[in-house]
Amino acid sequence: MPTALRIQGLKKSFGGLPAINDVSLEVAAGERRLIIGPNGAGKTTLFNLITGDLAGEGGKISMFEKDISKLPPHRRVHRGLARTYQIITLFPRDTLEHNITLSLLGLSRTRWNSFASLHKAMFREEAMRILALVGLESMAHRLLSEVSYGDKRRVEIAMALAQKPRVLLLDEPLAGLSREERVTVKQLIGAIPRETTVVMIEHDMDTALDLAERITVLHYGRVIVEGTRAEVVADPKTREVYLGN
Amino acid sequence: MSMQFWVIQTLNSLALGGLLFLLASGFSLIFGLMRIANLTHGGLFMLGAYLGVTILKVVPNLWVAALLAGLAVALFGGLLEKLILRKLSGNVLGQVLVTLGVAYIIADACLLIWGGDPVPIQTPAFLQQPLRVAGFAFPAYRLAVVVLAVLVGAILFFIMEKTRLGAMIRAGVDDMQMARAVGIPVSRLFTIVFCLGAGLAGAGGVIGGPIMSAYPGLDADMLPLALIVVILGGVGSLVGAFVGSFITGFVYTFGVALFPQLAYVILFLPMIFVIAFRPRGLFGRFAA
Amino acid sequence: MKRNICLFGLLIFLVVLPFFSGEFYVNLASQVFIFAVFAASINLLLGYGGLATLGHASYLGVAAYGSALIGLKLGLGHWIAAPAALVGTTLMAGAFGLIALRASGLGFLMLTLAMSQVLWGTAYRWVGLTDGDNGLRGLTRPAPFGIDLDSASAFYWFTLAVTVLSVWLMARFVRSPFGAALRGTRDQPRRMAALGHNVWLIRWITFVYAGFWGAVSGLLFVYYHKYIHPISLSLTNSAEGLLAVIAGGSGTLGGPLAGATIVMLLKNYASAYIERWNMLLGFVFVIIVVFMPEGVVPGSKRIYLKCRQRFASRA
Repeated sequence: MPTALRIQGLKKSFGGLPAINDVSLEVAAGERRLIIGPNGAGKTTLFNLITGDLAGEGGKISMFEKDISKLPPHRRVHRGLARTYQIITLFPRDTLEHNITLSLLGLSRTRWNSFASLHKAMFREEAMRILALVGLESMAHRLLSEVSYGDKRRVEIAMALAQKPRVLLLDEPLAGLSREERVTVKQLIGAIPRETTVVMIEHDMDTALDLAERITVLHYGRVIVEGTRAEVVADPKTREVYLGN
Repeated sequence: MSMQFWVIQTLNSLALGGLLFLLASGFSLIFGLMRIANLTHGGLFMLGAYLGVTILKVVPNLWVAALLAGLAVALFGGLLEKLILRKLSGNVLGQVLVTLGVAYIIADACLLIWGGDPVPIQTPAFLQQPLRVAGFAFPAYRLAVVVLAVLVGAILFFIMEKTRLGAMIRAGVDDMQMARAVGIPVSRLFTIVFCLGAGLAGAGGVIGGPIMSAYPGLDADMLPLALIVVILGGVGSLVGAFVGSFITGFVYTFGVALFPQLAYVILFLPMIFVIAFRPRGLFGRFAA
Repeated sequence: MKRNICLFGLLIFLVVLPFFSGEFYVNLASQVFIFAVFAASINLLLGYGGLATLGHASYLGVAAYGSALIGLKLGLGHWIAAPAALVGTTLMAGAFGLIALRASGLGFLMLTLAMSQVLWGTAYRWVGLTDGDNGLRGLTRPAPFGIDLDSASAFYWFTLAVTVLSVWLMARFVRSPFGAALRGTRDQPRRMAALGHNVWLIRWITFVYAGFWGAVSGLLFVYYHKYIHPISLSLTNSAEGLLAVIAGGSGTLGGPLAGATIVMLLKNYASAYIERWNMLLGFVFVIIVVFMPEGVVPGSKRIYLKCRQRFASRA
C-alpha cells in the first residue's frame, strides 16, 4: 500500500513557542485519517505546514514519495493536494458556479487565457456536476453571500472535490453546522472516492469517529497516540489528553 | 579630489543622514504602528521649515524656533489623525490618498503664504565659523546637526526601550490585536505617535533650514528620501531608520557630488539590493 | 442589448463630434481620451487586481521620453520610435514589477512610489539626456499610412481609434479566464493559491500589461502635446490617474473612463478660475475619500437619497 502522505520530523515555532514539535506520521493511500487534540494542539498549524501556507523549520513532507517540502502552496495543489478551511474564505461577491469555476481553473491550462470570454469556456457543465455532488446545483446562480452557513460549508467541500485531489485535508468540516446539516456533510465525506486520501481535523467526536479508520492524537505539538479507532479510544493517554464531547 | 573635499562630503552626508533621521523616524513609527504610509510627511517637514522662518522673525533663536515649529506641526498632525485618518481606519488606500491630498493642500498653502522664492534660514551665529581641526575645516553647523540627530536618536531609543509609552508602541508594532486585547489604549497611542512623528518632521524642517532653506518643492524632495530610508531600514524600527538614514545620506550626497546627473539612480541601487534579498528591510519586523 | 445600443450611440456621437464642435472641444476630448486610457490601465491593477499603485506615471513618462529621444537623438522615425518605446517601457514594467511585487498592499504601494520618484528625479537631473526642467520640445506627430495628424480633428480620430481599441482589448482581458483569476487574487489571494493559481505570476503579468497600456497613453500624450517635461513623471500625475479611477468607481470598465472625464474637465475648467490647482486636487482627494469612497457617481446617488430621506421624514 503506497504512502499518500509522509511527514517526518516536522517542527514549527512561533516566537520561541513550539507549535509543532517533531511530528512524524504516515497516511496510506485511500485511508481516512482523523486528527484530534485539544485546542492549541497544533492541528491547523500542521495543515498549514502541509499545504505550504507556513514554512516549517526542519523536517520533510512527502506526497506519494515525492518531497514537497520546498514547493510553494500552489505547486503542491498541482501535485494533488487540496484543503478546506475552518473559516470560510470563499468569494462572497460571486455566484456558487463562479466559485467552483475558480477552483476548476486552478488546475486547468485555460487559466492563462487572457483573451477568450470566460462564460463561453467549458467549465459550466463541470461546475454544475460538482455542485450536484453536494446537492447545491439549484443554487448555482445565487451569490455566495446569500446562502446559508451550512451551504457555504458544502461549497467548501465542493471546491476541494473539484480539484479531484489525491490527498484532501478537511479542517473541521462540521464546525457550526446544525444536526441535519452534519448528517448531510457526513454523507458527502463518506461518499468521497477511494482515489482520494482523506485527512480530517474534527472536534465533533460522535460524527467524526464513524468516518475515521485511523486516528492521530496531537497535544502540545506532539503525537501522543496513534492507531486504529479502537486502539486510540481504549488508550488511557487519549482519555488523559482529550476525549470529550 | 582633495582630502578637504572628502571631509566636506562626509560631513554633508552625516548631516543629511541626521536630517533624514528626524524625518524618517516619525514616518517609520507611524507606518509600523498605525500601518499608515503618511505621504504628508514631506509636507510636514516643509511646513515646519516655513513656520520656522516666520517664528525666527519674532524669536531669533534657531533651536527655540525648531521646538515651537515642531509643536505647531505636531498639533496639526494630531488634528489630521483625529479628525480624518481615524475615520478611515481600515481603509488603507483611503488613508494614503488623504495624506497625499493633505500634502498637496500644505504645499499650495505654503506657496500662497510664503511665496515662490526660496527663503533662507540663518545659521546660528556661534556655529557660523568652521571648526578647524588637524588642518581641516569642518562646517560647524553640520556637525551640530549630526550631534542633535544622535541625541534625538538616543532620547527616542530611551523612550522606546525604557518607558511604558515605548513598551506600548513596541507591543502595537509587534501585534496590534494582542496589544488591544491586553488593554493598551490604542486610539490615544495612535494620536501620540502621529503627533510625535509630525513634530519631529516639523522640527527637522527648521533644523535643516540653514542647510536647505525653505522652498516650494522641499516636500517633494524629502518624501522619496524618507521612503527609501524606511524601505531600506525596515518598517517600525528605530534602529533601521537610524542606519537607513545615514546610508541614504551618504549614497545621496556622494552620488550628487560625483555623478550629479545619476544621483537618483544611485539612490535606487541599495534599495533594490535590499528588497531583492530581504523584503523586510535591514531591521524591519515585517515586510511593508 | 440595451447597453450595446447605448454604447454604439455614444460611439457614433464621438465620431461625428468634430463636425459640430470647435477645435477647443475637439482637443479637450482628445486629452480626455488619453487620460482615460491612462486611468483604465491603472484600474487593471487597482480595480481588478486589488493592487494600488502610485507610480503609474512612470510608464506614461518613459514611453513619452523614449519616443521623443529616439526621434531627437537618433533621428529615427515614428515607425521605429513607437514600437521601441512601447517595448522598452514594457520591459521596464517587467523589471519594476519584479521589485514591487516583493511586497503587497502598502509595501507594494511604497515601492511603486519610490521607483517612480527615482525616475522623476532623474528626469530633472540627467540634463544631458532629458534637458531637465526645459523638457523636450519640437517633437512631431506620426503620420500613420501617410495621414497627417497635425490637425485637431485628425488627431482626435486617431486617438479615438486607439482608445476604442485599447478599451476593447482591456475588456477582453478582464472578461477572460485570466481576468477571473485576477479578480480572485484580489478578493482572496491565499485561497487562490490553495486552488492552484500562481498568484505572484498573475499579478506580475497584470502589472506588465497595465504598464504597456500606460506606455500607450504616454505615446498619445507626447504626440498630442509635441512636448514632454519631467512633471509628467511626477507623483501628481500618478495620483490624478488614481483619482480618476476612484472618482469613477474602480472595478468596472466604465468607471475609469467616466472618472477620467470628470477629472480632466475639472482640471480644465477649474484651472481657469483657480490658480492653485494642487490645493483643489488635495481637497477633492480628501472629500472623495472621506465622503464618497465608492466613486462619485454611486456616492452622489447615495448622498442624494439620504438627503431626500431625511427631508421626507421631516415633512
